[in-house]
Amino acid sequence: MGVIQNQFPDGFITTKIDGLINWLRASSIWPMTFGLACCAIEMIQYYSAPQHDFDRFGTIPRASPRQSDLLLVAGTLTKKMAPILRRVYDQMPEPRYVISMGSCAGSGGIFDTYSVVQGVDNIVPVDVYIPGCPPRPEALMYGIMTLHEQIKKEKYIRK
Amino acid sequence: MAVTETEQKTVQKELTLNMGPQHPSTHGVLRLVLDLQGETVVGVDPRPGYLHRGIEKLMEYRTYHQIIPITDRLEYISCMNNNLGYVVAVEKLASISVPERAQFIRTLTAELGRLSAHLVWLGTHALDIGAMTVCLYALRERELLLDLFEMATGARQTVSYARIGGVRNDLPRDFFDKCYEFVDLFPKRLTEYDTLIRENRIWLRRTKGIGVMTAEDAVNYGLTGGTLRGSGVDYDLRKAEPYAAYDKVDFDVPLGKNGDVYDRYIVRLEEMRQSNRIIRQCLDKMQPGPVMTDDPRYAVPEKTQVMQNMESLAHQFVLMSKWAPMPKGEVYSATEAPKGELGFYIVSDGSGKPYRIKIRAPSYVNLSAFPKMVTGHMMADVVACIGTIDIVLGECDR
Amino acid sequence: MDPVQIAKMIEEKFPDQVLGTVTHAGQVGVMLQKDGIVDVCQYLRDEPSLKMDHLADLTAVDYSTYPDDEGPRFEAVYNMISTVYRHRMRLKVRLPEEGPRIASVSSVWQTANWHERETYDLLGIVFDGHPDLRRILMPEDWEGHPLRKEYPLKGY
Repeated sequence: MGVIQNQFPDGFITTKIDGLINWLRASSIWPMTFGLACCAIEMIQYYSAPQHDFDRFGTIPRASPRQSDLLLVAGTLTKKMAPILRRVYDQMPEPRYVISMGSCAGSGGIFDTYSVVQGVDNIVPVDVYIPGCPPRPEALMYGIMTLHEQIKKEKYIRK
Repeated sequence: MAVTETEQKTVQKELTLNMGPQHPSTHGVLRLVLDLQGETVVGVDPRPGYLHRGIEKLMEYRTYHQIIPITDRLEYISCMNNNLGYVVAVEKLASISVPERAQFIRTLTAELGRLSAHLVWLGTHALDIGAMTVCLYALRERELLLDLFEMATGARQTVSYARIGGVRNDLPRDFFDKCYEFVDLFPKRLTEYDTLIRENRIWLRRTKGIGVMTAEDAVNYGLTGGTLRGSGVDYDLRKAEPYAAYDKVDFDVPLGKNGDVYDRYIVRLEEMRQSNRIIRQCLDKMQPGPVMTDDPRYAVPEKTQVMQNMESLAHQFVLMSKWAPMPKGEVYSATEAPKGELGFYIVSDGSGKPYRIKIRAPSYVNLSAFPKMVTGHMMADVVACIGTIDIVLGECDR
Repeated sequence: MDPVQIAKMIEEKFPDQVLGTVTHAGQVGVMLQKDGIVDVCQYLRDEPSLKMDHLADLTAVDYSTYPDDEGPRFEAVYNMISTVYRHRMRLKVRLPEEGPRIASVSSVWQTANWHERETYDLLGIVFDGHPDLRRILMPEDWEGHPLRKEYPLKGY
């Protein structure tokens, strides 16, 4: 990199293709809002309340899995709901990511009962877990930023 | 014009449309199976249960004290009201008296909870019908409420604030200043939302004459809360069977006339003004005093006492691990939650765990009237009707 | 009206149906035979001095592990209130372990429809004459009735 640095006239920057793609991808993560229970309310509060301003991370909530890159599972997943979660996940285009928001999505939480799936990772692979019951919007923000870090380490160009 | 052969063969068929459980305007995981004749809805089969978490079964395995956090997760928009509904039922079961300051704090926080629930309702209902700005405004004010909750309880949403025999702790001193600030600010903000939609032509077209329930039908279908009062039935448990400090404050119960979506909107909006009034009165009337009952059986000792006093430590240990024996018997107690009558039917077998708890969830009962409301209307009115019954799936499915 | 008085009125009207009354914390429950439940409910709703027009809650309890309880296993419980006079009443009907069945009151109150479906789903009590008795909360292919006492809390 050092050889070509500052060798071009103004207006050019030099970077790796991976870096550019990952930067583009990370800064326009569109989440599919899979609000299931209590956490969904904190999620709405984060999306919509002007105090938090979710959009500044390039995250615009979508209601359709076909348009989204991130599945934000917020709340308790029950056995009746589990097939639908899987179907929504399968409908999303690759590359796709999953954030599990809250204790219930992470591990079943306090609902250790006959009808609750003990963690969404039984159904879909999870990239980031956010603990809390429910997590504060700041925690969700941190979860999204952690996902950004993960995305920025990915490699697309292979020899 | 001559009728072509294909047109003659065309038969109008009913179309079955599946809506949900993953749909942005079903307010959670509600599933509706709609039968459509063109754009007109001719039949609906609501299928709840996608958030059935086994709460009633779980409660049988927890002590009376440990149940309080589970009630938070019932109707998760206004956790204060659920906590209150549950502890009122347990207090009725065991005849526990509650000091006056705790009663006022309960009333105050329950009304704050009602505001937070109604703000989410207003925001999402308006968003469903197409008025996006209201949602942003409503959630802006809700954030102030959540700050107040955090100040009083340490949690924004799942507060677990009420305790059997009182409340967890007294309100901090700076809570009152903040709360007065909020009470002064809120009516102006409410007028702001109201001017956005009350006379908006699109809003009127989308809500007037939609989802009509007559007073007789509404009672027969077991509707409660704003959904019932929109039809003009004067039934509010805060007036009918006063609990907490509702008999010591002055407020009106707003009533609708036509029982349509618009009237329910007016009723709930007015309810917010009344809640604001109640909050101000509670702040004014509150006198210093204890916030926990002096009943030695069920009073959880103060933390400072537990640290210094052997008996208090032992008592706290027993209460937290297995709770005190409760009298045998059964009780049904109902309180006015933001969605309607929140009832707890508790059967006690004399131990520290309830034998059976049945939660009478207002959302569940209100949803059962949904087919009656929406049949005969257009497809687009379905979301307006979901919004107007103000459903929360957490308590609907339990 | 005082709940004790209402219980007396029911007893006078249906002497062969009432088995007794249970009182706790000022609330009165009337124990009934299972045959007459629809008639009693109809009477409570239509009698001008009672007007129990609002069925607040309908549920059932499984008494199989209740200490010192000798009666039949299940109990259907009806909680109602009058929106006019604001008095409450509770009806209780014991049902046997084998094939618990009772007549549906959804013809008296529409709201009983979903309450009965839920009770059927979670406790397996069959309501005769119900228009549409299906599971409502659990998936349609679910086995067992979760709120029965022998059903495990988890690990199903």
